[in-house]
Amino acid sequence: MVDGAFAAIGEGLDVRADIDIDAHGLIALPGLVDLHTHLREPGREDAETVLTGTQAAAMGGYTAVHAMANTFPVADSAGVVEQVWRLGRESGYCDVQPVGAVTVGLEGKQLAELGAMHDSAAGVRVFSDDGKCVDDAVIMRRALEYVKAFDGVIAQHAQEPRLTAGAQMNEGTVSGELGLGGWPAVAEESIIARDVLLAAHVGSRVHICHLSTAGSVEIVRWAKGKGWDVTAEVTPHHLLLTDELVRSYDPVYKVNPPLRTAADVEALREALADGTIDAVATDHAPHPAEDKDCEWAVAAMGMVGLETALSVVQQTMVDTGLLNWEGVADRMSHRPARIGRLTGHGRPISVGEPANLVLFDPAYRGVVNPDTFATRSRNTPYKGMDLPGRVHATFLRGEATVLAGELVER
Amino acid sequence: MKRHLVSTADLGRDDALLILDTAEELSQFSGRAVKKLPTLRGRTVVNLFFEDSTRTKTSFEVAEKRLSADVINFSAKGSSVSKGESLKDTALTLQAMGADAVVIRHHASGAPARLAGSDWLHGSVINAGDGTHEHPTQALLDAFTLRRHLNPGAGRDLAGRKVAIVGDILHSRVARSNVHLLTTLGAEVTFVAPPTLLPIGIDTWPCEVSYDLDSVLPKADAVMMLRVQRERMNAAFFPTEREYSRRYGLDGARLARLPEHAIVMHPGPMVRGMEITAEVADSPRCTVVEQVANGVSVRMAVLYLLVGGATLADAPRTTELPEAAQ
Repeated sequence: MVDGAFAAIGEGLDVRADIDIDAHGLIALPGLVDLHTHLREPGREDAETVLTGTQAAAMGGYTAVHAMANTFPVADSAGVVEQVWRLGRESGYCDVQPVGAVTVGLEGKQLAELGAMHDSAAGVRVFSDDGKCVDDAVIMRRALEYVKAFDGVIAQHAQEPRLTAGAQMNEGTVSGELGLGGWPAVAEESIIARDVLLAAHVGSRVHICHLSTAGSVEIVRWAKGKGWDVTAEVTPHHLLLTDELVRSYDPVYKVNPPLRTAADVEALREALADGTIDAVATDHAPHPAEDKDCEWAVAAMGMVGLETALSVVQQTMVDTGLLNWEGVADRMSHRPARIGRLTGHGRPISVGEPANLVLFDPAYRGVVNPDTFATRSRNTPYKGMDLPGRVHATFLRGEATVLAGELVER
Repeated sequence: MKRHLVSTADLGRDDALLILDTAEELSQFSGRAVKKLPTLRGRTVVNLFFEDSTRTKTSFEVAEKRLSADVINFSAKGSSVSKGESLKDTALTLQAMGADAVVIRHHASGAPARLAGSDWLHGSVINAGDGTHEHPTQALLDAFTLRRHLNPGAGRDLAGRKVAIVGDILHSRVARSNVHLLTTLGAEVTFVAPPTLLPIGIDTWPCEVSYDLDSVLPKADAVMMLRVQRERMNAAFFPTEREYSRRYGLDGARLARLPEHAIVMHPGPMVRGMEITAEVADSPRCTVVEQVANGVSVRMAVLYLLVGGATLADAPRTTELPEAAQ
């Protein structure tokens, strides 16, 4: 790697290296790209900062993350997205690409200044009210149309609000038994169905955040079959965990969208394998201890995920034979970068390309210990779980951010 | 035996019968001039009520006092909770004060389970009703009442008895607790409600489901009417109060369809005229008042078995009380 790019690739190269890594048994992947990260800064620095969030990203093998807009203040203006973008640059661990809010204050009523956010130094291309659904069909239509002017994409958090009023977990057998408000699959599916139709109608592109049901998969598959410009993501936790875990009433499993059934998990895995689902996105959602160490009903929704994503994908997709490592590179780097229109990421590992690289040890097995996390929060459902694989090293434009599984001081 | 009583699903048949048999023994004391027993002397029981309740709270308080416990009533209203204190901090406070048991009612499903599963508190947790989840002592007093009418005697269960539970099953913690306990005791449960007031996944529950009250009544040994909250109408669970009453209310004509030995139950408070007519509510076949009395005996039994030194597993299978209680 020279000047941030791959200078030569091969065996027996006649070079003198600053860093010498025994990469025997390691997998080389392009630096991972997350379409869906909550960095919490500005506003909730007690949960996460851009610095700690990007450190966690580097530990997970990421070289670029999209930072969601539901901060305080909301990232609905050029000023806020530029602030987040600059903090990312200063961190030096990972590129931060801010996501702009679709509507002012995430309130779903008035379009935010999408063009100004695009024209800012941050160059926003992805817009989302994530955490909330753009449920007004007219606002959604206008947003889809408007961002065509600068090749933007609307990333929809699909959740029909009336059908999920008071919802606490997946609606099904378990919610019925536990007496927790149910979150029906159709609340997600009906919005996705509407939005793919709207996107097709106006000839724009729509991206569906964190797909969680088998029905959602079918709708996306149908829309893609029509040739429409629809993309979708799935989180690692929806590839592994089910709503049966909620029986513990442990809020570590409280997440939006909720953990679904084993049949949904199976459908999501198959859809990621066959490419119906384009990308794995973490929905990394850090919360301080007091927001989770409480009763289920008042607990915050979300779980951290940057540092465990690749391990969960190995366990659910690679070790099961559903996806090979080329497929992982595609779903966790190439495609997410393409959806976010990031030109410097998700590139092949080739001479002349940006040297964004992760070296991953798939033979490693270890018990997840949140105390070792770089993220400021500890709300992981994988605590104590034996997961495969570990990021050995991460390089951002040729500079090491992680070496031998440890963060590099920058 | 578990240290806590959070769900009737945690009770095996022997545990359930032990509680009912112990309650039967303890009920004898309620007729005496001096109703107090020294069993829980020196033990501290906290009634932690995050939700308004009159009858359940009073019932527990009477039970605790009859067992000579030191009783602390902790109401969320006007307390540190209303200033934003978390359940965890409240629990840590109670722990520091040496609570041996916490009787908790909470508007959120799972709060007692969370308390019991955490390390915030070392004492026993007794669920006095959580959200739309469970109300185990209500189910126990219902089973106690049913047994007295349908198969009286220590050690007996409810095998083969048919119980219809009618009304808002979806939002009912009483229904959830009863379906577990009654089926554990051998009864056959039928839920009767409009489809909008039945939980998703009910087909996996150990019960029958019917939308037609009239077809269920002739075969029932007991009908348990549930309270229907009027605000449900606004959420379109059913069209009007009148229509609900016509299809699912219990009136004199429907009472006549029941077998002669069958009883009518209600966890209270009753909304007369909607789910049950005054004629039925005041009929001698309606056990509402008896249920309240039985509630004290059942709660005494639960406290005695969980807090009184003996656990349900350790305690002798007979219903002999410890020496101090005799």
